[in-house]
Amino acid sequence: MKRLVLFAPLILFALLGVYFAIGLQRDPSRIPSVLIDRPLPAFDLPPIEGAEKGFASSDLEGRVALINIFGSWCASCLIEHPVLMEISRTEDVLLAGLDWKDPNGGGRRWLDLHGNPYDFVGDDADGRVAIDFGVTGAPETFIVDRNGRIRHKHVGPITMRVWRTELRPLIQMLEREGEGA
Amino acid sequence: MTAELGQFALILAMMTATIQGVFPLVGAARGDAALSALGRSAAIASLTLVAAAFACLMIAHATSDFSVLNVVENSHTAKPFAYKLSGVWGNHEGSMLLWALILSLYGGAVAVFARGAGNALTATALAVQGLVAAFFIAFILFTSNPFARVFPAPPDGADLNPLLQDPGLALHPPFLYLGYVGFSVTFAYAVAGLLRGRIDAEWARTVRPFALAAWVFLTIGIALGSWWAYYELGWGGFWAWDPVENASFMPWLAGTAFLHSVRVVEKRETLKIWTVLLAILTFSLSLIGAFLVRSGILTSVHAFAVDPARGVFILAILAIAIGGSLTVFALRASLLTSESTFRAVSRESAILINNVLLVTACGAVFIGTFYPLFVDIVSGERLSVGPPFFNATFMPVMAAMFLILGPGAALAWKKGDLRSTISRIAPAVLAGVAAMSIAAWMTWPKTIAAAFGAGLAVWALAATLADLAIRMKLRSSPLKESLARLSRMPRSYLGMTLAHSGLAIVALGVIGAGAWRTEEVRLMNKGDVIAVGGYEARLADVVEAEGPNYTSEAAIFDIERNGVVVRTIMAERRFYPVRGMQTTEAAIWTTLAGDVYLTLGERSPNGAGHAVRAFHHPLVLWMWFGAGVIALGGTVAAWEGVHARKKAPRAAEIAGAAA
Repeated sequence: MKRLVLFAPLILFALLGVYFAIGLQRDPSRIPSVLIDRPLPAFDLPPIEGAEKGFASSDLEGRVALINIFGSWCASCLIEHPVLMEISRTEDVLLAGLDWKDPNGGGRRWLDLHGNPYDFVGDDADGRVAIDFGVTGAPETFIVDRNGRIRHKHVGPITMRVWRTELRPLIQMLEREGEGA
Repeated sequence: MTAELGQFALILAMMTATIQGVFPLVGAARGDAALSALGRSAAIASLTLVAAAFACLMIAHATSDFSVLNVVENSHTAKPFAYKLSGVWGNHEGSMLLWALILSLYGGAVAVFARGAGNALTATALAVQGLVAAFFIAFILFTSNPFARVFPAPPDGADLNPLLQDPGLALHPPFLYLGYVGFSVTFAYAVAGLLRGRIDAEWARTVRPFALAAWVFLTIGIALGSWWAYYELGWGGFWAWDPVENASFMPWLAGTAFLHSVRVVEKRETLKIWTVLLAILTFSLSLIGAFLVRSGILTSVHAFAVDPARGVFILAILAIAIGGSLTVFALRASLLTSESTFRAVSRESAILINNVLLVTACGAVFIGTFYPLFVDIVSGERLSVGPPFFNATFMPVMAAMFLILGPGAALAWKKGDLRSTISRIAPAVLAGVAAMSIAAWMTWPKTIAAAFGAGLAVWALAATLADLAIRMKLRSSPLKESLARLSRMPRSYLGMTLAHSGLAIVALGVIGAGAWRTEEVRLMNKGDVIAVGGYEARLADVVEAEGPNYTSEAAIFDIERNGVVVRTIMAERRFYPVRGMQTTEAAIWTTLAGDVYLTLGERSPNGAGHAVRAFHHPLVLWMWFGAGVIALGGTVAAWEGVHARKKAPRAAEIAGAAA
């Protein structure tokens, strides 16, 4: 019996190894298939502290938009933020921000401290709407087409390279798609 | 040329490490002493070669040689020289080379300094170390070559992430790796001890200095990382339970458990199987932690660039190192026998409880870190586990630890007396209860759990010091005699006392900065005042400044108390044009009671002023100070190994004469 117990760590590790091997096959930033091409969940978020306008799903009607999930507590958002600022300065894209689980005015302070790139900002203090979006962590970014369908999800910070090679071409394509219809 | 020289040196190092890993094992099997002895010279050769390769990469970075891809991707001519050097390990390839350097450094240290260097146990351990080193150097050469050239060479580089251009972070990885990799020595000795069927007091004495060194470095490394997060990220957080932070914390927890149980092997020759398993576990966690983030299995802020080929290679190394050692463990551990028994109330039991708690805490961190991966694989759902989980699981285990720490450390070996031990340190109970009441009163209406934690920490600190005072006979004998007693105490006891005190001090710092902090935000113009922690911070001026590779906006604050300026501090917002990134440099005024911490925000668009965030972090200095005390304790305890070794021959002579 005692001898068998000594094999327990090895067996546990073998199981762990199998998990790691499966995990390796997965792209950590892959898009969950359930949400893609589904309509945007309906929501109407209050404004963050000190702002007048909130963010509701109806604000986006008929427009291609980039919805960014952020929080003042999120370190990667700090890396992403200058890129968003750059996009809002130089590009004509509708940027919406969802301030995730950030009670007590965290989002306000964040935007005061680092600048506000967003056209709309909603305060999702209890994280209810983020659950509908299937948010797994911040930052995450969704791209919505003119018909209010989620077309793309990006996990992790948007870098200049991601913007240039993935998001901008997609947004341009969606803009054209809408004109044709 | 330098890059090619570096690459050749690394290829040669892979070969010498293979020799170090294979020949002594063959020698041991055949009983060929000459072949066994080869390991030591091979270890020294590997060290020389890896050091040469590392020096080559440093030269390429120092001279901004933009024909080397690694330099292009991580450096820039305008980057300050110190960060050109630290940039060597600020990226995946370079940090792997640092890892290999430290691995061979420990190999060399074992070859030269280990007790009984040259005996069969150490020869086998050196071989295990050599094999591990050979795998890692192969990993660098085949998947992460830092010496790759780029043609044509670009005129300038992409610069290092500005968040990494910082003294705290320049030193953080070397210390962390000295810790992680240091546990490769305990791992190697554990496997060697199993293979040779020899886990005894002598084995414990050989391993302990190395384990202590690794643990001290890991402690410093974790503290540096947390300090960096505190002052650099601009919100005063020091720990976020991020996967990479957890990756460094798990080996620390397991390593701490090992340091305690190896003492039992040394003193009492029991708990052998458990100790060996902990040695394997500690290094396995180092490997898992340090490498899963590089494979892309887990994502994190700290993660390096992801490449699937690396992931497969890393998994193979993990399978061989961890799977191999656990197989040896499964087959050989039953041969180990205990030489003694102990009662339920004894130092051995206390250490066993400490071990169970530490391993439980480690398990909680492990589950929190890997749960998202398991859920993803089983159900395809993606989620993240946040601080609430860790606070709910980790903190209660720590509370139990602090509860038993004082009396546990004061118990006698083999058979202790709980009642007399507790009555000896009774004043500590009063100190703890008093501290808890005062803390609860002062911080009301903040959470009572924090005050309870502070009470526990003070109880542990007071109990530790009370035991020291009793052993010094501080009350019953003159001070001079007490001090003489203190100087004669075993280093291991002094080390333990320091480490336990340091831990309690860290706990107070964590509670202060984590649970008792206050913050205030407002838009400020020149001359405006914001209240923070009993002081007033007046915005004296906002100026533009220029650094070597950044421009900055700096706010100067006068900290006042009752209208008198006690200190002037500066907060900055820096802009790094090459990467287009901004960083915040907080203005911090540190005192024993707490930090005043101010960050400067953007100017509000309507010109109403700058957004300023003011924090007060009580006791935060205690965290770094306590970590230093812990590290000092580990160093003092490690010294005993060296000390005892010098004395050992004489003791043997005396024993011989007596016989």
